[in-house]
Amino acid sequence: MSPHLEHTPQVVPFHFDLSDHVRRSVATLYSHLVTRPTGQALRMGIESQIRATDGPCVSVLDFTEVVVLDYSCADETVAKLVRRYCAEDRPAPAYFMARGVAPHHRETLETVLIRQGMALVAEVMGVGARLLGYASELEHAVWRAVEEAGSLAAADLDERVADPRAGLAAGGLVGRRVVVPGVGGRLHSLSRLALPRL
Amino acid sequence: MRVIPLPANLDEAAFDALVAPLSEPAAAGSGPVSGVGAAEAVPGPPLLLDAAGVRWVDPYGALSLLAFGHAARAAGRTARFRPPASADVTSYLRRMGFFRHAGDVFELHGEVGRGEDTQSDVLLEITAVADHGDVHRVVDRVYERSGAILSTQLGYPPELAMQFGTIFSEVCQNIIEHAQAPGWVATQTYHWRKRLGRKVVMIAVMDLGVGFRGSLEGEHAAQYAGRWGDAAALEAAFMHGVTRFRDPGRGQGLQQIRRLVGRVDGRVSIRSGTARISDVPDWADNPPLEEGLPYFPGSQICIVLPAREDTP
Repeated sequence: MSPHLEHTPQVVPFHFDLSDHVRRSVATLYSHLVTRPTGQALRMGIESQIRATDGPCVSVLDFTEVVVLDYSCADETVAKLVRRYCAEDRPAPAYFMARGVAPHHRETLETVLIRQGMALVAEVMGVGARLLGYASELEHAVWRAVEEAGSLAAADLDERVADPRAGLAAGGLVGRRVVVPGVGGRLHSLSRLALPRL
Repeated sequence: MRVIPLPANLDEAAFDALVAPLSEPAAAGSGPVSGVGAAEAVPGPPLLLDAAGVRWVDPYGALSLLAFGHAARAAGRTARFRPPASADVTSYLRRMGFFRHAGDVFELHGEVGRGEDTQSDVLLEITAVADHGDVHRVVDRVYERSGAILSTQLGYPPELAMQFGTIFSEVCQNIIEHAQAPGWVATQTYHWRKRLGRKVVMIAVMDLGVGFRGSLEGEHAAQYAGRWGDAAALEAAFMHGVTRFRDPGRGQGLQQIRRLVGRVDGRVSIRSGTARISDVPDWADNPPLEEGLPYFPGSQICIVLPAREDTP
């Protein structure tokens, strides 16, 4: 095993197609993710899948097939999941990432996340991985440095982000679960952990 | 019987005069409708809405008639309706599905024809919204019918057209979660030649529920002390996203509707109780806040989305 892999946290990514799931768990033919009850049903389904995963995991929320996403449903699903699993008393060591995010999804997601001061890593269509929601300029800079490197030692972070508060910002990103901590203070890109195995 | 002649143009501007007879004092022989801010309901004589002279009606006007009929019945009044003399207007009301709903509340006095032929200008005929399943059906239907119209006729970029369904979803959920009573939604495209010189999409949403004041009163009235009323409740919800729910994620729906509508230089107005609040673009001339209007229960929302100026 290479030193790099040795220090990679044991995170199990799994793929969650939102549009598929809403059809299954809400037991309707609705293709649009609208209304709070739909969001609640989705969230419960996702949490059920997380509970079935033993150990840390990344739940990838796939918006590729989602056409209409309203604020109520996004709040009930994404914002509440992020809030619950970023809390100290989180029910499981889960991470979340969005993929297949189109511009109209992005705006809705940004809105519900910013309102509560939260952030989420997302693969935005045609753009690549982005940090959505609320984050300071320094947090964005640190997140980008980790994202570009894939995996970064704390000492390397200081070279890439010329700000004495970079380490503090990195700690904040780890706490908000948009960067994954490894052994010895190493930082791992969430998108690199989640997406290659999809 | 009290005869209420309807104006030639039955739209949002005609609403206050239309509902005024329902809030007249009981001493005048017309019992006011019940609800927050209304006096005790006393049944009065039957009311006949005489639409014989109506030459033009929009979705807001059509929903106004239904809301009036339901409010009158709730106040113990018999409501009657004389259809427009104009075959075009009657045909339009039929296409909007008005008579299907009107039969539940009005005694119809006159010929309304048969069938409900559909036309492309009707994006969504009058649709009752009572639960979240109705919201899904509205979004599905609007999405099926509106995509091409929004992009080709109104010139909206695809991502904005995609968010059109969000507006419907949020306004319809507003009925279910805040009104605590059923409501209706309808929408249509027009060419506003005189008023704007452009095509528009009009969305009308009405309910006869507790209204904004009733929804917020328990949680927020005390903070406003003597200033609390319909206007204060509307300002709190419309301008500041105040909601009766303590969940920090609540209260975004109206804010996002305002933002989306503002992006296309559109207009949003909400009337509730005795007040109306609006986001007023340059092309409109109504005041941003109106108070002291005739009381009417629930809330009435009007959204106008104009075509981009460079759209033929």
